[in-house]
Amino acid sequence: MAGMSQRAKTNKEKWLLVGKSLVFLAALIPLAKLIWLGLHNGLGANPIEKITRTTGYWTLTFLLITLTATPLRALLGWNWPIRWRRMLGLFAFFYASLHFLTYLVLDQFFDWPAIVKDIAKRPYITVGFPAFVMLIPLAVTSTNKMIQRLGGKRWKSLHGLIYAIGIAGVVHFWWLVKRDISEPVQFAAMLSVLLGFRVVQAMRTKRSRNKPVLSRVEIS
Amino acid sequence: MSNWKMPKVLPSEITPREVYQRRREFMRIAASAALAAAMPGGLFAGERLPNLVKSAYELPDKLTPVGDVTRYNNFYEFGTDKESPAQNAGSLKTRPWTVAVEGEVRNPKVWDIDSLMKLVPLEERVYRLRCVEAWSMVIPWVGFPLAELIKRAEPNGNAKFVEFVTLNDPGQMPGVKSSALDWPYREGLRMDEAMHPLALLTFGLYGEVLPNQNGAPVRIVLPWKYGYKSAKSIVGIRFVEQMPLTSWVKAGPGEYGFYANVNPAVDHPRWSQAKERRIGDFFKRQTLPFNGYAEQVAQLYTGMDLQKFF
Repeated sequence: MAGMSQRAKTNKEKWLLVGKSLVFLAALIPLAKLIWLGLHNGLGANPIEKITRTTGYWTLTFLLITLTATPLRALLGWNWPIRWRRMLGLFAFFYASLHFLTYLVLDQFFDWPAIVKDIAKRPYITVGFPAFVMLIPLAVTSTNKMIQRLGGKRWKSLHGLIYAIGIAGVVHFWWLVKRDISEPVQFAAMLSVLLGFRVVQAMRTKRSRNKPVLSRVEIS
Repeated sequence: MSNWKMPKVLPSEITPREVYQRRREFMRIAASAALAAAMPGGLFAGERLPNLVKSAYELPDKLTPVGDVTRYNNFYEFGTDKESPAQNAGSLKTRPWTVAVEGEVRNPKVWDIDSLMKLVPLEERVYRLRCVEAWSMVIPWVGFPLAELIKRAEPNGNAKFVEFVTLNDPGQMPGVKSSALDWPYREGLRMDEAMHPLALLTFGLYGEVLPNQNGAPVRIVLPWKYGYKSAKSIVGIRFVEQMPLTSWVKAGPGEYGFYANVNPAVDHPRWSQAKERRIGDFFKRQTLPFNGYAEQVAQLYTGMDLQKFF
C-alpha cells in the first residue's frame, strides 16, 4: 500500500514536472515571436515601440498570473500553481528586464541625463522605474537557499512588495497611454480582483481570530 | 529691319471678350470631360494622380518608405492602434464624397470631391511630419494650397478661424463607436495660419490617391504643427468667429493645445518633445522649432507666449 501511494506520488510529480516544462516553454513564446518578427521585418514601422509595448504587456501579464496562485489554492484547493509561481514570477522579472533594457539601450541609448530627467519628470516612468527596481530583490531572494537564510516570515514580508509592484506596473501603463485606456483598465480590473480577494481574506481571518474573544465577552 | 513696322491690329480682328472666355470655358469642360471619361467614377486609393506639378518644396531628408507611411497611422476613427487604420479603413467609401465649405463666407458651396481636386493643378510637396508622440516621417504629399479654396469661398469679416470636420459614420468607421474621442473629429486654424502657403489641402501621397488610412479622399497637412492638427477625411470646412473647440483640446486641454506648433522647448506633460525618432532610424534626433519651418511660419506667432499657447 505504501509502495502504491509512493508510486502514485512520483507519477504526480512527473506530470507536474512535465506541466512545468510546458509552461516554461510557453512563457518563452512572446520572446520567440518578437525575435521571429524582428528577423522577418515584421515589427512594423516603429520596432522599438513594438518591443517596448510587448515586453511591458507580458511583464504585467506574468505579474497577474503569479498573483492568481494564492486565490486558486484558497478557492479550489489547487496546489500546483503555487509550485509554478516562482518560475512565473521570474518570467515577470525576465520580461521586465527586457522592457527596461529596451528603454535603456534601444530607446534612450544610454542617454543618462535624459533617463534621469525621465524618471524625475515623467510620472509613468517615476512609478515604472521603482517597480522594476523592487523586482530585483524578489528575483534575487527567490532561491530555496535565500528563503532559508531570510527565514519564512522575513521572506514573506519582503515578497509582499509584489502588491506594490503590481499596482505601480498597472499605473505605469495607465499613465503612458495617450487616450485609449481600455487595455490598462482590463489590467487594473484583474489586479483589483486579485488584491481584493486578499483584502477580504485578511478581514475574515481577523474576524475569526477575534471571535473567541467576543464570545468570551458574551459569556461574561 | 529698320523699316519694319508693328502691324496694326484692326478692332475687328480682336476676339471679343465673351467669345474667348466662352472658348476657355469650352476647353475646360472638354478637358474635364476627357479626364472624367478616362477615370469613370473618380479616383480611388492607389491610383496614380495625373499631371502632377513639381513644386519647390523639396527636402534633403530621406523619404519614409511608403509601406511605413501607410501602415503606421493614427486615425482613431479606425481604431487606436497604429496598425488598425490600415486593417480597418477598407470600409471607408470615398465616392461619392462632398466637402461643405460654409459659415462666414460670401460663397458657401458644397464641393464634389472630383471637382475640388481639379480646382487648381495638383503639386507634389515633400514635408516633414512630426507626431505629438515624438516620432516623425518625411512624406511626399500631393495637393494644393488651402488658400486657393479659401480665396474662392471669400470669407467675410467675421471669419476669424477655420474649422475642419471629419466624417463621422459608424457604418464606415468602426472606431467612432468607442468613446476614445468626441466625434466627429474637429480641428481648426486661425485664418492667417489657414492662408499660409505651407497649409496643403491634400489628395494624395507618393504620386497616388490617398490610401483610406491616410485620410482619403481629402485631408489637410500642416507640416509645422503636430500631426493631430492635420484633419483627415474632411467633410466640412467652416469659417467661424470663435476659436473652435477641437477634439484633442476637448480630450485633454492640459496636454494638447489649439496651436500645437512643434516645439522642442515645450514638453508634453507626460513626455519630452526635445527629441524625436524618425521612423526607420535607430538614434533619436533633435526636434526643430516649428518642425524646421520656423523661417516660413515663426512670424505668425510673434509676441505670443508659446509656453502658454502651446
